[in-house]
Amino acid sequence: MAGAFGVAGFGLAIDMDIQGIQKKLEATFGAAVGPVMEGSVENWIEVDPDKIDGVAEYLQSHPDFNYEVLTNLTGCDYPDKGHIQVVYSFVNYDSGSELTIKVNADREAPKVNTVMHVWAAADWLEREVFDLLGIDFIGHTDQRRILLPDDWVGNPLRKDYVEAPDYHGISTMRESLLSVDIPGRS
Amino acid sequence: MSLINSVPEMVLTTKIDQLLNWTRKSSLWYMLFGLACCAIEMMQTGGPRSDLDRFGMAPRATPRASDLMIVAGTLTLKMALRTKILYEQMPDPKYVLSMGSCANCGGLFQLGYSVCDGVDKVIPVDVYVPGCPPRPEALTEGLMMLQDKMMQEKWLVRSESPASA
Repeated sequence: MAGAFGVAGFGLAIDMDIQGIQKKLEATFGAAVGPVMEGSVENWIEVDPDKIDGVAEYLQSHPDFNYEVLTNLTGCDYPDKGHIQVVYSFVNYDSGSELTIKVNADREAPKVNTVMHVWAAADWLEREVFDLLGIDFIGHTDQRRILLPDDWVGNPLRKDYVEAPDYHGISTMRESLLSVDIPGRS
Repeated sequence: MSLINSVPEMVLTTKIDQLLNWTRKSSLWYMLFGLACCAIEMMQTGGPRSDLDRFGMAPRATPRASDLMIVAGTLTLKMALRTKILYEQMPDPKYVLSMGSCANCGGLFQLGYSVCDGVDKVIPVDVYVPGCPPRPEALTEGLMMLQDKMMQEKWLVRSESPASA
């Protein structure tokens, strides 16, 4: 819907949009596209991890959607649900429409198709998710750590991450600030 | 140094140690080593208002020409290894000033998985300057403390030599 800028009517416009987008995606990609999920802040569509590259290309190039900008690509770990989620945020600057797509990857061996050939911006963002959450982006041409050193062990943003006791002889054992007794505080 | 009134003008008497220390403390070249927001205050200290140039201090872009390393900012574990290499490249005698809470003890970020809580875990530190970040006045006082420390050093009597570690 055109002219979705502004606070008033913003959510309504997106809601109407996202149902239509979901129907079109479902018609094109079938069961790989899930129903519209309702969140407290925004609604999203879930897509299978091996179809996200096709969905992304479709949303970017199809004249009905034209989501030409990937504003964010991030991840989140859900150990109780057994999956790691990758979150994509798209924006169409012409209409001001925003869209959120989420992909659930299996927590034990998370594999998600890359979208770096659709948006070049996805290159470093996917490297960051690979670095901190350990998701394998299939088809990424330069998948290596971007923030942490190459010889780092583990993925720190996973909920079950355990810090190594030292890094190249530098102790990482720290006294917890929360265990310090503060007078007058129970 | 003391000026003896009986000798003609333009003559000073001093000890060799003191002369050496005085010349060294008056041309303390520091390596540019800004790691975080403390670097802004360090630049400000080098600027015209605090003017480190009046101590004969000049910023250097290489450890090989530096006498002093001002560690200004949060030290990550990734950077800690590089810090050690840079410190080893500095020629003796060399000094380290730890600037700000992050370099002193990890500060606000000390529980972070990627943060080395204290630069003294990697290299020896001569002066700690507290603050988050320290104002230029605080850094200047730290540098003057370092100059006082340098003036105490002895170089001719090797057995007493407290040369920097």
